[in-house]
Amino acid sequence: MNFDFSSEDRMIQEQVRRFLSEQSPLSRHRSVMEGESLQASDVWQGLADLGLQGTAIPEAYGGVGAGYLPLCLVAQELGGVLAAVPFSSSVYLATEAITCFGSTDQKERYLPKLASGEWVGTLAVSEGPHAPSPTNLTVVRSGDRLSGKKLVVPHGLAADFAVVLVTSDAGTDLVLAGLEGVERSAVEIVDPSIAAATIDFAQTQCESLGAPGDGWAMLETVQHRAAVLYAFEQIGGAEQALNMAVAYAKERFAFGRPIGSFQSLKHMMADMYVALKLAESNAYYAAWALQNDAPDLRLAAATARVSATQAFQLCARDNIQVHGGMGFTWAFDCHLFYRRSNYLSLALGGLNEWENKLVDALPSAVA
Amino acid sequence: MDFSDTAAETDFRQTARAWIQDNAPTYLAAPLSGSGFGSTRTGDFDPIAEAKKWQKTKAEAGWACIQWPKEYGGRGATPIESVIWSQEEGIYGKLSGTFIIGQGMCAPTMMAYAGEEAKLRYLPKLASGEEIWCQLFSEPHGGSDLAGLRTKAVKDGDTWVINGQKIWTSGAQHSDYGILITRTDSDVAKHRGLTMFFLDMKSDGVDIRPIKQANGDSGFNEVFFDNVRIPDAQRLGEVGDGWKVALTTLMNERLAIGGSIATGFPEIQALVSELVLASGPASGDQAVRSKLADWYAKSAGLKNTGARAISALSKGEIPGPENSIGKLVAGGMMQDIAKFAVDLQGLGGLVTDPEIARSQAQIQSMLMRSPAVRIEGGTDQILRNIIAERVLGLPEDMRADKGIAFSQIPTSQDSGTR
Repeated sequence: MNFDFSSEDRMIQEQVRRFLSEQSPLSRHRSVMEGESLQASDVWQGLADLGLQGTAIPEAYGGVGAGYLPLCLVAQELGGVLAAVPFSSSVYLATEAITCFGSTDQKERYLPKLASGEWVGTLAVSEGPHAPSPTNLTVVRSGDRLSGKKLVVPHGLAADFAVVLVTSDAGTDLVLAGLEGVERSAVEIVDPSIAAATIDFAQTQCESLGAPGDGWAMLETVQHRAAVLYAFEQIGGAEQALNMAVAYAKERFAFGRPIGSFQSLKHMMADMYVALKLAESNAYYAAWALQNDAPDLRLAAATARVSATQAFQLCARDNIQVHGGMGFTWAFDCHLFYRRSNYLSLALGGLNEWENKLVDALPSAVA
Repeated sequence: MDFSDTAAETDFRQTARAWIQDNAPTYLAAPLSGSGFGSTRTGDFDPIAEAKKWQKTKAEAGWACIQWPKEYGGRGATPIESVIWSQEEGIYGKLSGTFIIGQGMCAPTMMAYAGEEAKLRYLPKLASGEEIWCQLFSEPHGGSDLAGLRTKAVKDGDTWVINGQKIWTSGAQHSDYGILITRTDSDVAKHRGLTMFFLDMKSDGVDIRPIKQANGDSGFNEVFFDNVRIPDAQRLGEVGDGWKVALTTLMNERLAIGGSIATGFPEIQALVSELVLASGPASGDQAVRSKLADWYAKSAGLKNTGARAISALSKGEIPGPENSIGKLVAGGMMQDIAKFAVDLQGLGGLVTDPEIARSQAQIQSMLMRSPAVRIEGGTDQILRNIIAERVLGLPEDMRADKGIAFSQIPTSQDSGTR
């Protein structure tokens, strides 16, 4: 037994951290958020130069084949700087879907381009202000054509193709659809750095991913695997939000003393630390479960997801509180973390949904 | 990263499992399964006698305190083997409650500060459960503010004369020995005038009085010292270094308590799986499911945090203040769980008679014992201070007694100093 990442994994993490601290400061995130560009394409290219999009993609398909453990640490670093790149949608979702369920031909066509960062993929599931279910989907697939509207597609403006959840004669399917020429419009969401889109499919060409009718089950598999990687982004963000709060509390004086010396604030930050630590430890276990396809992967993933969502939400929220009025200004970065924490907590379905998944995955009581 | 056993660990696990199968007191399995935190249930058998018996059996076969060196009664096992052992010991580990303080806190302090002769004399008997130890730290005027303690030690030739009072001493009434922190100098700042000793609890002048606790049990005691004499050879660390020695104990306390602490999760999960509410099975109730998920995530987080601490320990890293989170999370959680579990059962959930209440009233004993978990061994508030100051590096709170000689520190609104 050994419950820590290897020094090789840590070296990759360190390398990514160095790159991001130079190329992807929060000011870069801010420029994307304020609409200067759709995504930080220079950062995306830099990540590609380091081979990071292909970290877990097998070498046979143009990836590095380093597995999920280093990818988890890459995710943590991206989460810490709120990187404005479509990494989560393209790597944790689209790539995973094709890796798990693509035919050999599909893997040959898609994975090398995903690994090199040339293509950006995304997953299109949501259709409106309600949680999707096998019975309420309105985007329809008929043969190799796709019609209907997906409302919030993360990184939908930046993506070259989407894995789309659709309803069909067979039930629920996953399909692959190229997005060139498809009508897309920007949709404002809480985190504007996500380049979210409404996508209007009108007789758009598509091909099946996996067996028709298996769409919902495949979606669940992809979401559980992605949940582990999202959890690492979340703990990366939580950690930085906590660091911000601590740094500010040390330097800001009120009543003649640093505000960080007041127990009311200390205890708030101690609770942030506790939530982060629990989330981090659960994420570590889930990373191992993902890498090893452990029998309890679903439980581990849901647990990591619930803890990480709790931790990032708490740290982002209370970071604003520690900053007081300044924390509620546009100029301070607190709201960037708050926005991202809300995006990440809903990107794969909200806390309530994951609590249910967790309980479903619990082994029956033995005590 | 690898959460599965290596070949050597598998061998170790099988050896441990086989030995436990052949030697464990299986006749206690049923009552032990109803044990809640703070109540070790052994049916018709005496809990202390049974605890001592199981400990002795383990010690004779080399399965007691397995992480300790062999010459002190252990097995020289690795931290990971120690985790495997406790996983395999399972329910029978609940018998070890009597020894936790001695083995988990007094022993590491003795190992760090006692002379070799004393270690060879006392540690093996501590490991085998033949002798029980307690920790004499808290006082009526020094709990969270432990360094404000007043029990005095005055040197007289080769011995020290002790006068004063300790309180909240767990298990003092069953103890043969104890480690004792005293004030040896009142004219320096409070942390600097302390000295640590170990003593025979049967010494003349030691008076132990069990305290009737809020839950009706009497696990804690008051201990009075009236001219108790302790040989200077039983001093641990230098005169005036007692605070440093105490920190060794407290750091181990948080590991011992926090590492494998009960959270109440298995108990609430078992209850939910069998309980039917007015709306249907409790396991299908959305509010119940949400709580269950939250508590599972926390208990898994503690377990995995513990696992990471063990890994760090295996690499020779020293357990740090970050381990304070264990008891902080588990204490509040246990109290929340017990309250929620009682709520789910309606008024009937208040029945404390183990003959009538479900699972020998384990939930009810948790409900009544859990407030103490949030206080003993560092209150929730002190633990948050430790995390904030020693982990996050936030500035110290303003301390009214900082840098002042102990004798000059105000003790109440009107009386001024002592």
